[in-house]
Amino acid sequence: MSNDGPTPLERFINGILPENPVYRQILGICPTLAVSNTMEGALTMAGAVAFVLICSNILVSLIRGLLKPHLRILVFTLTIAAFVTIADRFLAAYMYDMSKLLGPYIPLIIVNCIIIARCEICASKQRLGAAVMDAVGQSLGFMLGLMSIASVREILGFGTWFGKWLGWRVIPAAAPEIWSNWVIMILPPGAFITLGLLMGVMNWIEARSRKARKAVAA
Amino acid sequence: MTDEAKKEEQQAPKAEAAAPVLHVAPGPHAFSTSLTTRRMMFDVLLALVPVFAASLWQFRLYTVIQLVICMVSALLAETLFTAMRKKPILIRDGSALVTGAILAFSLPAKAPWYVGAVGSFVAIGIGKVIFGGLGQNIFNPAMLGRAFVMIAFPAFLGATAYVVPDAAIDGLSRATPLTTLKQLGQNTGLLPLFLGTTNGSLGETSALACLLGGAYLCLRRTASWEIPAGIVSAVAAIAGLMQWLAPVAGWTVLHELFSGALLFGAFYIATDPVTSPLTPRGKFVFGLGVGALVMLIRKLSGYPEGVMFAVLIMNAVVPLINQWTIPTPVGGVVLEKKS
Repeated sequence: MSNDGPTPLERFINGILPENPVYRQILGICPTLAVSNTMEGALTMAGAVAFVLICSNILVSLIRGLLKPHLRILVFTLTIAAFVTIADRFLAAYMYDMSKLLGPYIPLIIVNCIIIARCEICASKQRLGAAVMDAVGQSLGFMLGLMSIASVREILGFGTWFGKWLGWRVIPAAAPEIWSNWVIMILPPGAFITLGLLMGVMNWIEARSRKARKAVAA
Repeated sequence: MTDEAKKEEQQAPKAEAAAPVLHVAPGPHAFSTSLTTRRMMFDVLLALVPVFAASLWQFRLYTVIQLVICMVSALLAETLFTAMRKKPILIRDGSALVTGAILAFSLPAKAPWYVGAVGSFVAIGIGKVIFGGLGQNIFNPAMLGRAFVMIAFPAFLGATAYVVPDAAIDGLSRATPLTTLKQLGQNTGLLPLFLGTTNGSLGETSALACLLGGAYLCLRRTASWEIPAGIVSAVAAIAGLMQWLAPVAGWTVLHELFSGALLFGAFYIATDPVTSPLTPRGKFVFGLGVGALVMLIRKLSGYPEGVMFAVLIMNAVVPLINQWTIPTPVGGVVLEKKS
């Protein structure tokens, strides 16, 4: 196995913004849209994904010498399934309400493209260090994506931020003549609209920084 | 540019001096200079005057308040979003005003201020400018804005939001005609429906005002008459069929046509030239589809009225209709060459 790929540090940094799973690779959109109407749900989902991603990246990187090309996807899937089951049972045991709230989306981490993509792109080709840094970077990027969407949706949809855990009210409760929560932001259309608009913002920032870099280089 | 093209370009002036030149340019070659966006938009605003008068008579100051909120926020949104896209700001073409006005006329009288404001911003921003501005949008901006606020604030736009029991205005204390029909099975008289002394969204109550303004729009050819004709004939056909199969005492085809936002939608909303098909035949098909969907939603869904969703759904089908109704050019059908 070669080590020609990016260094661990590059992998880590790439995961956070330049190759952000939500905004750049547009992977794992199913949980992104489904559980991002509260910060709690988003953070729990991001935590579970981080656990599964880091563990499966470590394992796949360790056994990368044993992988047979035609069986690798099967091995990835079985590895991921094992860790997803652990995460699912852990949540059901220790965070029962959150587990009920997230419903089928925790078991569905198994089909989350981010994890299998990272196994394929990085862990099955690079050493343990790079694989771990890659998993941590991608998990942070995923968490960043989910939290940004959930912030917009929870503030507009419920008027709170971390409402269930910390009870912070961002928009004070007001009479219906003055202000009201946007129910649409809690519902799936709000997720699509928020994701689209935030992706536009990300593209705009990207374009601006590229222009600035060009100006510096010129 | 290739060398040959450069040579041709250099030779061209000489040839022009020698022989008379035939100018070849893509069509259209003849067009009316009076049919500008600005003229069309102010025609719509002018046609909304009878609706405004009827609404002012029925809902008093509420009409003015909603109109001001929606039109001002539509103008603000247009300025803000076009500036963000670094496009020339074309407030003066009046399209934002029309979107704001139509949105305001489709809201209930007592909707809080932010309903109109949020609706206008969504209508202009997400409904229009994101697609590339006027002429590029797929969906009717005003209806998109209304659909957004309807889902965002169901408490202020649902059927119950129209009823204000302690209002000083008589009309507001009753449920809308279509809601009473759906939930209580009670009918509203034809004359109140025609004149507009019933409850409902600000602009939809008076069939007379909508017919007057609509006739003006169709005569001026600002709106294509095929669209309202299609809507009205589809609704009349389905209502007639229903009356024949399962008659409801005192509720006729005319009641169906005059109640709800049907005429307002047929004349002012569905006729938006950007989001309706291009050919006359396609426009009629579009109208038929809107009318059929309105009846479907009115009779078989939980909503009492369905003009907004009908128009939005048919907007999505417009490219297909355009594909189906490509007119035959003069000289016969163009056969595709087999390669």
